Amino acid sequence: MTRIGRALAERRANGERALVIYLTAGDPSLETSRTLVLAAVRAGADIIELGVPFSDPSADGPVLQAASQRALEGGTTIARVFGLVRELRAETDVAILLFGYYNPIFVHGEDAFAREAAGAGADGLLVVDLPPEEAGPLRAACDSSGLDLVPLLAPTSTDARIDRAVSIASGFVYFVSITGVTGAALADLGGIEAAVAHLRARAGGLPIAVGFGIATPEDAARIARIADAVVVGSAAVRTAASGPEALAAYVASLAQACRNPGWRRGG
Amino acid sequence: MSAPAGYFGQYGGRFVAETLVPGLEALERAWAEAKGDPAFAAELDALLFSYAGRPTPLTAAPRLSDEVGATVLFKREDLCHTGAHKITNALGQALLARRMGKTRIIAETGAGQHGVATATASALFGIACEIYMGALDTVRQAPNVERMRMLGAKVHPVESGSRTLKDAMNEALRDWVTNVRTTHYLVGSAAGPHPYPSLVADLVSVIGREARAQFLGLLGRLPDAVVACVGGGSNAIGVFRGFLGDPGVALFGVEAAGEGIGSGRHSATLTAGRVGVLHGAKSYVLADGDGQILEAHSIAAGLDYPGVGPEHAALKDSGRTTVLSATDEEAIEGFRLLARTEGILCALETAHAVGKLREVVGRLGAGRLVIVNLSGRGDKDMGTLSRIIP
Ligand SMILES: Cc1ncc(COP(=O)(O)O)c(C=O)c1O
Repeated sequence: MTRIGRALAERRANGERALVIYLTAGDPSLETSRTLVLAAVRAGADIIELGVPFSDPSADGPVLQAASQRALEGGTTIARVFGLVRELRAETDVAILLFGYYNPIFVHGEDAFAREAAGAGADGLLVVDLPPEEAGPLRAACDSSGLDLVPLLAPTSTDARIDRAVSIASGFVYFVSITGVTGAALADLGGIEAAVAHLRARAGGLPIAVGFGIATPEDAARIARIADAVVVGSAAVRTAASGPEALAAYVASLAQACRNPGWRRGG
Repeated sequence: MSAPAGYFGQYGGRFVAETLVPGLEALERAWAEAKGDPAFAAELDALLFSYAGRPTPLTAAPRLSDEVGATVLFKREDLCHTGAHKITNALGQALLARRMGKTRIIAETGAGQHGVATATASALFGIACEIYMGALDTVRQAPNVERMRMLGAKVHPVESGSRTLKDAMNEALRDWVTNVRTTHYLVGSAAGPHPYPSLVADLVSVIGREARAQFLGLLGRLPDAVVACVGGGSNAIGVFRGFLGDPGVALFGVEAAGEGIGSGRHSATLTAGRVGVLHGAKSYVLADGDGQILEAHSIAAGLDYPGVGPEHAALKDSGRTTVLSATDEEAIEGFRLLARTEGILCALETAHAVGKLREVVGRLGAGRLVIVNLSGRGDKDMGTLSRIIP
């Protein structure tokens, strides 16, 4: 089991939810990213989703598009993202999931990417534009490097697609709460609740993370009632622009929502 | 795991966010059904005939032929309603969207020809239409922006990235991921995730079927070569598909070399790109060693794209097609040659194919028979050209 699985299992054992914080590597510099990640970890993030910037992030809304652009303008390369992971690994045992688009991984070479990512200390990969049908080679590369490969599922996913995604998943499955890009508004909870319950029945015990559109501690508390992990991306990136202290305070408020058994009262 | 659908050799596939995959699966099923439905085919054929102006003529070009030393005939897609081959694809997909019960159509456009064709088909069927167009292209192809607006479409200028076709496609994908349940994404070239490269090629392959029959009727034999410009690859695959089974017919695709391949400012994806994944398909792309997509450049907005359809990648690798590239300057020469010798003002995209005719003839030897796909007319480019041509 990777650090990702362990982090989720530990929270689950305590009746808590895991908090996943997304930050784009190198936004606006790698040194800033390092400081921000460490601040988020100290404030209670269990898993860091570290965005590998891409020139054409077609599944992202304006906030993460701009973050990718700042990172690339700042000279962030894949080698430097791995360098950042290595530096982070020297200071923290937090689970690190690399989040990105397929072309940089494909051009780098799937085996080399997985090997170097694992060597730097990353625990898994999540590739937005790589559905299970196309994921065979990367799945194999992740297996031989000991990385989790986390698939995305969406409100539009059919049962056949859920089953296929679950069959290649390791670590957890990531349910995209809305039909939309990152940073869009959260959809109604009833629909998400029903979809997650449906997914849970087919997920064979794999933990389920829910993300896209979660911005406030109240959003996080609502999602914490139904999911094993709560993912916050665009809102974290937006807050991170105000510095590590602001990010830490924000992450602490989200962590509170994930730990506070208040979700049990409602559910 | 079974071999994924939608591959041309190693190219193609479906590399998109999970949210879109069920929509693509539904589109694939709908197209398979529609293709086998004689009523659908009859309705489309009637529209192509009575509305779009198909079959388009195959026009002899005697004065141009004399200048280049070959017998050249033009497949006149410029004479289609809205002025380019793009209407053939747009009508087919709009019919399909209506059949699927979609209430909204979106599209990306570079030159604006596909945007105009989509706005036209949407108006014809009474379906709401929104077009994404790079902000740079809204300026250099301004007449087409006005046409789309007059047709009732909403045009969204896209300010991200290089502000051209690639960025328009990103934005259209973002719209689609949000509205996939109600909206058909009317992709404008034989590119994108499966089933689009096949769907679009199926629709535009009427160009090649017509051209082959017309040529045989006129000359009693097949041509020695067929030449077309390649952006995403729809007009080229449309005409090539008519001749793929004729090994004696050489097929030449002409990409945009912009300011020259060596300058780095070009759109010659098949010539100078690497294998990668962009906008849902594995194909050749212009990308750096880290997989970041490079900005393309071409004087022709419709060719100004760092990707290319996967079928063209497979055809190039197999040696069935020969890929050439024309610089901005060669395209302008091609435009002038066609205007001066035949009285036809072609689109700057098409002008790339014309501009490479002398090289094609050089490779074939003199006196051969050549079809050039005249993909569109040049009205939209008068602003750009009047600044360049004294
Ligand atoms: C007249 C014309 N020809 C060619 C193209 C290039 O597209 P494709 O390669 O899909 O034919 C365009 C695109 O806008 C066009 O308007």
